[in-house]
Amino acid sequence: MEKKKRELLLQGNEAVAEGALAAGCRFFAGYPITPSTEIAEYLSQKLPQVGGVFVQMEDELASMAAVIGASLAGAKSMTATSGPGFSLMQENIGFACEAEVPCLVVDVMRGGPSTGLPTSPAQGDVMQARWGTHGDHPIIVLCASSVPECFHMTVRAFNLSERFRTPVILLLDEVVAHMREKITLPLPEELEIIDRVRPTVPPEWYIPYEDNASGVPPMAPFGEGYRYHVTGLIHDIRGFPTSRSDEIGPFFQRLFRKISQNFAEIHMSETFEIEDAEITVVAYGSVARSAKRAVLEARQRGIKAGLLKLMTLWPFDRPAVERVARGSRVLLVPEMNMGQISREVKRVNNGVCTVVTLNKVDGTLITPDEILKRITEVYQDERDN
Amino acid sequence: MDKYLDRLGIYAARLVSQKEYFVPGHRACQGCAEALAVRLMSKASRTNTVIACATGCIEIFSSPFPLTSWMVPGIHVAFENTAAVASGIESGLKAIMRKGRIPLKKINVVGIAGDGGTSDIGLQALSGALERGHNMVYVCFDNEAYMNTGIQRSSSTPFGASTTTSPAGKVVPGQTTWKKNMPEIAAAHDIPYVATACPSYPFDLMEKVRKAAEIEGPAYIHILSVCPTGWRLPPELSIHAGRLAVETGVFPLYEVERGRYKLSIDLPELRPVQEYFRIQGRFRHLTEEMVNKIQRRVREEYEKLKKKVMMTREG
Repeated sequence: MEKKKRELLLQGNEAVAEGALAAGCRFFAGYPITPSTEIAEYLSQKLPQVGGVFVQMEDELASMAAVIGASLAGAKSMTATSGPGFSLMQENIGFACEAEVPCLVVDVMRGGPSTGLPTSPAQGDVMQARWGTHGDHPIIVLCASSVPECFHMTVRAFNLSERFRTPVILLLDEVVAHMREKITLPLPEELEIIDRVRPTVPPEWYIPYEDNASGVPPMAPFGEGYRYHVTGLIHDIRGFPTSRSDEIGPFFQRLFRKISQNFAEIHMSETFEIEDAEITVVAYGSVARSAKRAVLEARQRGIKAGLLKLMTLWPFDRPAVERVARGSRVLLVPEMNMGQISREVKRVNNGVCTVVTLNKVDGTLITPDEILKRITEVYQDERDN
Repeated sequence: MDKYLDRLGIYAARLVSQKEYFVPGHRACQGCAEALAVRLMSKASRTNTVIACATGCIEIFSSPFPLTSWMVPGIHVAFENTAAVASGIESGLKAIMRKGRIPLKKINVVGIAGDGGTSDIGLQALSGALERGHNMVYVCFDNEAYMNTGIQRSSSTPFGASTTTSPAGKVVPGQTTWKKNMPEIAAAHDIPYVATACPSYPFDLMEKVRKAAEIEGPAYIHILSVCPTGWRLPPELSIHAGRLAVETGVFPLYEVERGRYKLSIDLPELRPVQEYFRIQGRFRHLTEEMVNKIQRRVREEYEKLKKKVMMTREG
């Protein structure tokens, strides 16, 4: 008998939780914070039912630390938070980068800084997701714009973190997190699930951080006889702290190489009506939804508009932006911040076409009308020139 | 009850100042005992008070304009650092008074936070402040869960209570850990004054705040604040529930003054905890066996407390 797919009306946060369960997540440690709390609430019920563990920690520092511990023990682990909690997690996110511990951090963006606007949408954590923890490090940051995307990108985020042994950050904004939409959950066999590479050698031969072609060393879970040292200090291939420059250099090279040689696999974006677009909107998160509507309406008015929706924010999707920059006269970057991704777009565009911005930080989402108005303005300006 | 309240017998409502420092107009839920506790606390700490308030219900319901209720200056800090900011205020005031920039006078620095902001995320900052010995009062308004974000468990949630992150089901009976004993943790810092209070006993609460403000050095007051929304009980039973918490021994009222324990109300006999649980939806799922387990624990804890009183008695 054919199995029936589950059709649900879910909130973005709940879809993240469903995605985590589908991806094989069996450990969640978190701390209540609006607007991400539903992820914790949902998993506090569902995780024990599939043999997983939900722990509510005493704060976000502890949450992130527990996630690292559980991942080292072999469980796919995650946490979810929002701005203030994300700030507290930064130290341990750095640890996870340094010690190469796969894990997922969901940051539901609200207005900031500090306590900010707890119940309003924003996109102010884009740069923090990239550079929030100190020191040079690579990281993968994804951003979802719909409830189905919340599900699929959570699965994808787990896959990327397992494949590259790196923390992955999934950004939602408050609108996406609390919006309810229909979602058809795929059957388990339809999903590609990637698990971390485990050592094939006996424990006595295992070298935990040895380089190989992929740059991703196999990872042995604690407790299976593989004895090794994990540290936040720069370490040699055996995991022990080192201050030798001939070991530090190759360590950093490998850390960056494992991500940079796989940009094509990590980058995700979607395009809409860009073939003949003169004005291309580059957007992400809930703003991309408004942008799509604006593009449709602009087309109805005879303006050749298109949309590039960024789904991978970091590493920045240079090829996708370069492609639309070559084909368009203007790139419009609407964001619920003072211009974080638009800086990147300007950098990558490098003078090829005009880059204009639409920034809004008043605690409300950017509406299709606002984007349409900006498109029309820009179109007039371009025609007049 | 009054015969047990001998120490409090000298008080009468009309002896209490009519001046309010936490005025009506805030947006707390109906029957919120926390709002009442804050009002009583403010009455006792009076003017010349600076409030440092953590993120939480109090901050949300009393600070947004035009629903602001405070008649004393205050700062809303991040979630984890009430005690640290209060330390800073106290030290800063000390410094400018020493320099003669403002006249030397008694200014009460009061740090307020919920149970999450005290026993979970704020514990480190609180411990630091108590250890450094700042002349401040720290008041924990304990409503036994993260009510502001929607009833998630905290380390102060009692055993067996159902919350959104400790949901009661067929296998797991709600919260599986015992309530963290915050007053004892504070007392272990050997500070001059620690007390528990409940707005169902308003004069006792005000007297304790007054004492805490007068004492030189850090003082800690733990106030049980009944939350009808989160505890799933009718708002009109809020005060009744607070009384039951005390009379069943679930939340005994006591003071620790310079290491000496003293019961504020010495109950010769505790009422059964079931009376307290029966009116609350968060305990609705408890089986008789679990209630008995909790009853045993409550009795043991109460006996332990009585022994501490005996052991530290003067003379």
